[in-house]
Amino acid sequence: MSDVIVAGWGRTNPARASLYECANEQSVELVISDAGERGALARGLGRSYGDAAQVSGGQLVKLTGRNILLDPTSGVVIVDAGLSIDELLRYIVPKGWFVPVTPGTRYVTIGGAIAADIHGKNHHRDGSIGAWIESLNLITAVDGLVTVSPGSDPQLFWATIGGMGLTGVIMSARIKLIPIDTPLMEVTTQRHNNIDDLMEAMASKDSDHRYSVAWVDTTVSDSRLGRGVVTWGDHATADRLRVDRGRRAGKYKASQHVSVPELIGSRRTIRRWNAVAFSEVWFRSAPHSRANELQSIPKFFHPLDAVGNWNRLYGRRGFVQYQFVVPDDRPDVVVTALRCVARERPADFLNVLKRFGDAGDGMLSFPMRGWTLTMDLPVTDGLGQLIHHLDELVMEAGGRIYLAKDGCSSPQVVSAGYPRLNEWQNVRSRVDPNGIFQSDLSRRLEL
Amino acid sequence: MKTSTGEFQTIVLFGGLSEIGLAILDRCVTPATTTVVLACRNVDAGSDVAMALHNSKNCDVQVVYWDASNLNDHDRWVAQFVTDHGDIDLAVMAAGVLGDQDQCDRDPNTVADVMLSNSTGPSVMLSAVAQQMRVQAHGTIVVLSSVAAIRMRAANATYGASKAGLDAFVQGLQERLHSAGVELVIVRPGFVRGRMTQGLPPAPFSTTPEHVADAVWRSLRAAPAVVWVPGILRWVFTVLRILPSPIWRRVVK
Repeated sequence: MSDVIVAGWGRTNPARASLYECANEQSVELVISDAGERGALARGLGRSYGDAAQVSGGQLVKLTGRNILLDPTSGVVIVDAGLSIDELLRYIVPKGWFVPVTPGTRYVTIGGAIAADIHGKNHHRDGSIGAWIESLNLITAVDGLVTVSPGSDPQLFWATIGGMGLTGVIMSARIKLIPIDTPLMEVTTQRHNNIDDLMEAMASKDSDHRYSVAWVDTTVSDSRLGRGVVTWGDHATADRLRVDRGRRAGKYKASQHVSVPELIGSRRTIRRWNAVAFSEVWFRSAPHSRANELQSIPKFFHPLDAVGNWNRLYGRRGFVQYQFVVPDDRPDVVVTALRCVARERPADFLNVLKRFGDAGDGMLSFPMRGWTLTMDLPVTDGLGQLIHHLDELVMEAGGRIYLAKDGCSSPQVVSAGYPRLNEWQNVRSRVDPNGIFQSDLSRRLEL
Repeated sequence: MKTSTGEFQTIVLFGGLSEIGLAILDRCVTPATTTVVLACRNVDAGSDVAMALHNSKNCDVQVVYWDASNLNDHDRWVAQFVTDHGDIDLAVMAAGVLGDQDQCDRDPNTVADVMLSNSTGPSVMLSAVAQQMRVQAHGTIVVLSSVAAIRMRAANATYGASKAGLDAFVQGLQERLHSAGVELVIVRPGFVRGRMTQGLPPAPFSTTPEHVADAVWRSLRAAPAVVWVPGILRWVFTVLRILPSPIWRRVVK
């Protein structure tokens, strides 16, 4: 056990807790039985942005198991929850398999991915990760180690998918993988001069591709507001590769090229002027339209992972990654939100727009059919005000905010956005009547 | 909890009628705030203030009886607060009286009252709050001290002594809390024009409750340990505190 101060990836409000490294069920159960009023929580790689993976004054469980068991014929894999997607990819990609869902970073654990019910660029086609989980081994406060599947205990299963780690400690999971021919992506890129064209292109062409996402610019205003670059991708097939390049696909390589040193983290490096400059260069350097470019998996899925500790660039006060989704018939909220943010002129250069497919069955799962916008906003004096305003827009439109990103929202906004919260709370009081599993997020949002 | 943007959900103001305290609340109560508790002796007057605050900020504001001199009750008070509202995210200690120095000279019991209201009572309460925040492993405390705590003068000797006691106590508390994840800000305003100083001739570098509140608000973002209001008093008192007594007497009269 060690005393630690941990924070979310946004580095906004660090919390003190006791950290226990647990190798097996017995040690996890010991920590749970020992947890006091300040509660316990599993923590993975700390990539959630706000306060989801911290419990101030409580006990944090870190899982050290790293086992992978792959059935090479069916593509079903049993993995320890503490394993990262990075580690999993290194093992399965050379064998011709890929994770069904990956977020924008490969440095998340399987446990964290399930607890946040992560989505990726393929949500419009493949849904979130919950749809690919066959069963879970979960340690609950009441029953100890249980195996949960959608068939055995659908209530507990779908309360745990997207349940932010508050139903228990996920120990391992059975996940269906998807087969791939090559470790390369075939990418189509288009740039559009305003938000309407961009959204229309996404709406009309998303169905042609497995992966789709757009980068959006908030540093320009008026008619150019929300100009952006949309990329579509598919796993390159072996056939196509031979035709195009006449060579075999290379190996899977994923490395971190540089890392931001700790010293940089005391001052904010990202300023308005360099955010504007970056956005201009990023937009100009994108092709008007280019099809069938081959990219590596890291370049297509995890470009930011090339820079270690990039969150330090936001300085001591950190940043908020604000992500919301609004229903399909309210694309206007995306435009309004972009306009609000552009008006405040924050040092913001990283905004991602994506169109979700149908919602999954997770009670607190974030994705639902509609548009989701993600913005990285450095903490400044006016940011609280801006976010409250955005919260109201989202609430009014019947949308919701993503708990894994949240550090600012209120109980009202969350209960309005998650209509199944009551149902989830019932399951939670069944499996954890004394409220042992807590997080700063669950306290703040009164989950 | 405190949000990522540094806003507080649960706030308690000790000395719930304090002008400076309420000015600080005016800055610190944001849409993220769920509960504000005004802790004061005069619950009736507190209710009016609470109503006004509720109307302007649209959050839950409650008045809870609290008497700084009830030393045995402070522990229980904090425990009750936690039962009712959960973690304390921000505690502002603004309780205090100026006291009439002439009356202090005539009646030693008045000295006891001033010391109890300004120094002993707040110190005991802050210990209880600090212990709760140690357990929660987060929290912010703002304590209103005064420049009078730095160098004693004839006109408010007892007040100065009581604030000096409080100031020294919370300096120590600051050290104790340093590794506990709890922040403590000591505020040393100069002469603040307001109800407490009505009828007194204003001193140089006098300020207003709003200015003090702004300085506190800024300090919560930058996290300095001691805030002087106005800022120049830090340097003025660097000189004044080492001034030889004969000159000091002539300066302050």
